[in-house]
Amino acid sequence: MAANSHGKTNGSTRWVGTRPVRPDGVDKVTGRARFGADVHLPNMLVGKVLRSPHAHARIHSIDTSAALALPGVKTVVTRDDFNDLPSEFVPAGEMLINYRDVVRNVMAREKALFEGHPVAAVAAVSEKVAREALARIKVDYEVLPHVLDVVEAMAPEAPLLHEDLITAGVEPAPTTPSNVAKVVEFKLGDVEAGFAEADIVIEREFSTQPVHQGYIEPHACIANYSEDGQAELWCTTQGHFVVRGHCAKLLGMDVSKLRVTASEIGGGFGGKTVVYLEPVALMLSRKSGQPVKMTMSREEVFQASGPAAGTRVWAKVGMTNAGRITAGEAVLKYQAGAFQGSPVQPGCMCAFAPYDLAHVKVVGYDVVVNRPKVAAYRAPGAPQSEFAVESIIDELAKRIGMDPVELRLKNAAKEGTKAAYGPTFGPVGLVETLEEAKAHDHYRTPLKPGQGRGVASGFWFNIGGETCATLNLGEDGTIALVAGTPDIGGSRASLCLQAAETLGVDVERIRPLIGDTSTLGYTFLTGGSRTAFASGMAVIEAARDMIRQLCERAAKIWDIPVDAVEWIDGEARPAGSNAGEFEPLSLADLARLAGKSGGPFVGRAQINAQGAGPSFGTHIVDVDVDRETGRVTIERYTVIQDAGKAVHPSYVEGQLQGGAVQGIGWALNEEYIYDDKGRLQNPGFLDYRIPVCSDVPMIDTVIVEVPNPTHPYGVRGVGETPIVPPMAAIANAVEGALGLRFTDLPMSPPRVLKALGDARVPKAA
Amino acid sequence: MAKAHVTTTVNGDAVEFLCDAEQTLLDVLRDELYLTGSKEGCASGDCGACSVIADGRLVCACLMLGVEAEGLAIETIEGMADGDQLHPLQTKFLEHAALQCGVCTPGFLVAAKSLLERNPDPTEIEVRYWLAGNLCRCTGYDKIVRAVLDTAEEMRGG
Amino acid sequence: MRYEAPESVEGAVALLAGGGPRGRVLAGGTDLLVQLRAGMVAPELVVDIKRIAETRKIREADGKLVIGAAVSGAELGEHAVAKALWPGVVESTELIGSTQIQGRASLAGNLCNASPAADTVPALVAAAATCKIAGPNGVRRIPVEDVCTGPGQLSLGDGEFVVAFEFPKRPPRSADAYLRFIPRTEMDIAVVGAGVNLAFDDGGRCVAARVALGAVAPTVILVEEAGQALVGTTCDAAALQEMAAAASAACRPIDDKRGTVEYRTKVAGVLATRAAGIAAQRAKESR
Repeated sequence: MAANSHGKTNGSTRWVGTRPVRPDGVDKVTGRARFGADVHLPNMLVGKVLRSPHAHARIHSIDTSAALALPGVKTVVTRDDFNDLPSEFVPAGEMLINYRDVVRNVMAREKALFEGHPVAAVAAVSEKVAREALARIKVDYEVLPHVLDVVEAMAPEAPLLHEDLITAGVEPAPTTPSNVAKVVEFKLGDVEAGFAEADIVIEREFSTQPVHQGYIEPHACIANYSEDGQAELWCTTQGHFVVRGHCAKLLGMDVSKLRVTASEIGGGFGGKTVVYLEPVALMLSRKSGQPVKMTMSREEVFQASGPAAGTRVWAKVGMTNAGRITAGEAVLKYQAGAFQGSPVQPGCMCAFAPYDLAHVKVVGYDVVVNRPKVAAYRAPGAPQSEFAVESIIDELAKRIGMDPVELRLKNAAKEGTKAAYGPTFGPVGLVETLEEAKAHDHYRTPLKPGQGRGVASGFWFNIGGETCATLNLGEDGTIALVAGTPDIGGSRASLCLQAAETLGVDVERIRPLIGDTSTLGYTFLTGGSRTAFASGMAVIEAARDMIRQLCERAAKIWDIPVDAVEWIDGEARPAGSNAGEFEPLSLADLARLAGKSGGPFVGRAQINAQGAGPSFGTHIVDVDVDRETGRVTIERYTVIQDAGKAVHPSYVEGQLQGGAVQGIGWALNEEYIYDDKGRLQNPGFLDYRIPVCSDVPMIDTVIVEVPNPTHPYGVRGVGETPIVPPMAAIANAVEGALGLRFTDLPMSPPRVLKALGDARVPKAA
Repeated sequence: MAKAHVTTTVNGDAVEFLCDAEQTLLDVLRDELYLTGSKEGCASGDCGACSVIADGRLVCACLMLGVEAEGLAIETIEGMADGDQLHPLQTKFLEHAALQCGVCTPGFLVAAKSLLERNPDPTEIEVRYWLAGNLCRCTGYDKIVRAVLDTAEEMRGG
Repeated sequence: MRYEAPESVEGAVALLAGGGPRGRVLAGGTDLLVQLRAGMVAPELVVDIKRIAETRKIREADGKLVIGAAVSGAELGEHAVAKALWPGVVESTELIGSTQIQGRASLAGNLCNASPAADTVPALVAAAATCKIAGPNGVRRIPVEDVCTGPGQLSLGDGEFVVAFEFPKRPPRSADAYLRFIPRTEMDIAVVGAGVNLAFDDGGRCVAARVALGAVAPTVILVEEAGQALVGTTCDAAALQEMAAAASAACRPIDDKRGTVEYRTKVAGVLATRAAGIAAQRAKESR
């Protein structure tokens, strides 16, 4: 069925919901696609970063003279090359960053605050020379005591990272500095009254380890700064407009003088929403007068780019014997890394979001520690707090002998639920995912002996934001679609489908491009599960703009009023018999006639997309545990999630599967291991153990579609929610198998075996 | 130290290059021959993004020196399609949406091709273990494994 | 760094002897290249031994197997005779890394990297394999367990390198097995490894048993008490339990990023038991 006039959907779609081959696909299966490190420029230098070997050290001096004296070394940059910036918070994905801190994270100033903190950088004629130059830079460090653990960092006697950090959000403001950057609180109702109504109250403390996004492509860029003060930057990023803003700020440039092109991006998951190498490469290029290419090694990626926050979470939930949750309370302590800005606030907001509760109180602490500054990682902040709550929900269900899906259904947030963090939900799909779970073959299949089954639900807000898109109609009726959100997982396919649907043309006639920062208006980054939604809305808006122009042109050609023309099935038609008898004018017809009839057609949209629909999911997992080695094996896994409307279902399934497997890694094996000097012991894929192909089964998916009313086709973001439920689902399954409740992640074999051993030893009276 | 002169075959073409003894085959492919389809994800043999075939054996190009390529036949992702005809694995990866970001894809394709040349009828478990050295952080592997199994079936004439 | 690829054992010895302490042998390169990239080693000379014919051959004569030092895991895994004679050794080799690593990694490289966690070494020690070592003073042969003296430490002298591994003749009703524990299913370094080689009389009694453990001490250890616990038994549950206790008792591991002392000690017994079970089953089937 065709779209209605002006691209409004009547519920049935012709293109949205189909599975064409992605338009950038062939380049990606032939090795032709160019990622961050795949470009070479004439006269290019290689840039390398010298990093602090200490977790915490005052930098007294940096002597670069011996490095500069080495033949082939063109320039060196240090803290002296970057101007200090005042405190100013700006959005980066779903997180906030402060320019005062960004300039310090990019190049250490007063102190090195984590192992791997950049201290200097060189540009040289080859990698070999650049490495040699780094070895010749002398840094006079005064090593200071360091702190890695969030609770230890909050103690009064903890080493201070920032001598001027006064806790925000506390009245009256503290008079002495600490490592607690901020305290946030969200309250609904009266938790004390709520707990008084409860028959059962369970409270527990949980911990999660920092985990890395683990994108396979390391950070990489090439900067080319010209003598006239203009520069080009090619980099792998989730948001080149955001990179442009940050770099211009750090280099004191006009944004118009910096053109940033996003390369193909080899994974990001939130970790490529911030700048690391890019300002350094620009500075090296500015000083050397030559293009400078920089790439991180995998070791550098682990040492110095953003993990998700490690956390300590205390949570308490009260429930009646009938299974009605009466109150929820939690205290969240999140590691921010070396600079403030952990995702503790979204963590607080999400903790109880899946439930319709009258009484909620959540307090969060944002705490700096001597680790790399955390970056967004898929639903930043939510997995940690929801792990705690979803674990307790499971325990409550077991306590009263109620099915855990049933218990969730009894308390699930739905349309009209007022969330503890403020808004009242519109149509949301949690109940639908739970109903699907209950009916799913997986949930009804009996477990094999020794196995355990776990269930957990998860929530993420999703965002919209500033977005531009352009559609350029070619003279043969084909279309170039220009979007500003880097395509990280097939979004070009999704945007083309939405454009095709709206225009009523074959998707094959639309060729997408991610425009650079000079070809398109400001567009916020790919993150917050916003691309299919917000760039989708922009593309639909641009298509409607083009349809308006096409209808006007047809009206002009036919010499009838424009409101007598309608756009149906990709062609302009007279609206009803009163409008006159004319042969329809197709997109191709109008394209051909464009020059003669008034000029080219360009559909444009510049929007601030509002009304992103939140997404809920429910996961089911079966595990087996080797009781002699403590190894947990994932036997079966099902993800059920509300997508609003799956534009390209294969890529929606892919998001659900990928998120679940990242969650499996978080639950079972991924962790940062530091020595007593605060040095990372496992900065590589050998010992930072992300799931490999043989670790996991097929991941079944069920896409639920509860349309988001603000999007013409009902789309809501899907990318982040899938990483929220796995940790609790797996912990709940392990509890089912062993009768042991794990509250600390990861549930690695040594931990599981130790817990099994401790459980066998009768406790002393 | 003067550079070494190496004569080898890459995707069927005779190739000569100069390299330092320290340079890996991956460095040579990417930086000297501009064959950037093989990716560097770790430079330590842990991610498989630089998978190539050397004299019929699947290897990580980051774990071979460029000088070791002397006299060998190297096959990379750039040689996988036959002219304008994609290899069946390439087609199936597209049909199954077995890639998201696509940076691991060349390595997976080269590794899967090597599997199917040895074992035209692998089980799911065999596919998973053969590909365990190729990390993918986007897909959770599901669609990749399905694409390989489906290709195997098609290539067997199923 | 200079790279040489001699075609004879003598040529390699001459290069290595002349190269001094900063010469390194390159076989598969799967450890050496990682160390080069990380700056952990900076050799002046690398001698690639893969162009020496003897290092690339697998031979069997009179029931005795000889495996060249640079034979890759993939080549060994495809060798039916090797697999039939020493399934434990072959499976230990096939466990090193990914398929890609298998295309390069060699027995000699795995041994001479001198990691206590090397997968092939417990299997080779359990098999009572011997190293053929070439050097400036000619050829000598030593048991595999005498090659590594500590983490990163070898007993080889200047100019010496491993040319081949020689295996004893397989008695009837005997077999070996190797198991290791890793947190994932692939790609990890062994947290514990256990190689077991058993021989039985025609009455089903164990007449010889060698149990070797990896990653539980500074070098791979041959646990004689564990072997003794099985000799004279039918490898029944009680004997296996005693063997496991002896294996655990012999462990002197460290806490590190891959496992704890407590964990390694417990799991060493578990894996030795499981490996012994597999070896016994294979021996039975070999009748």
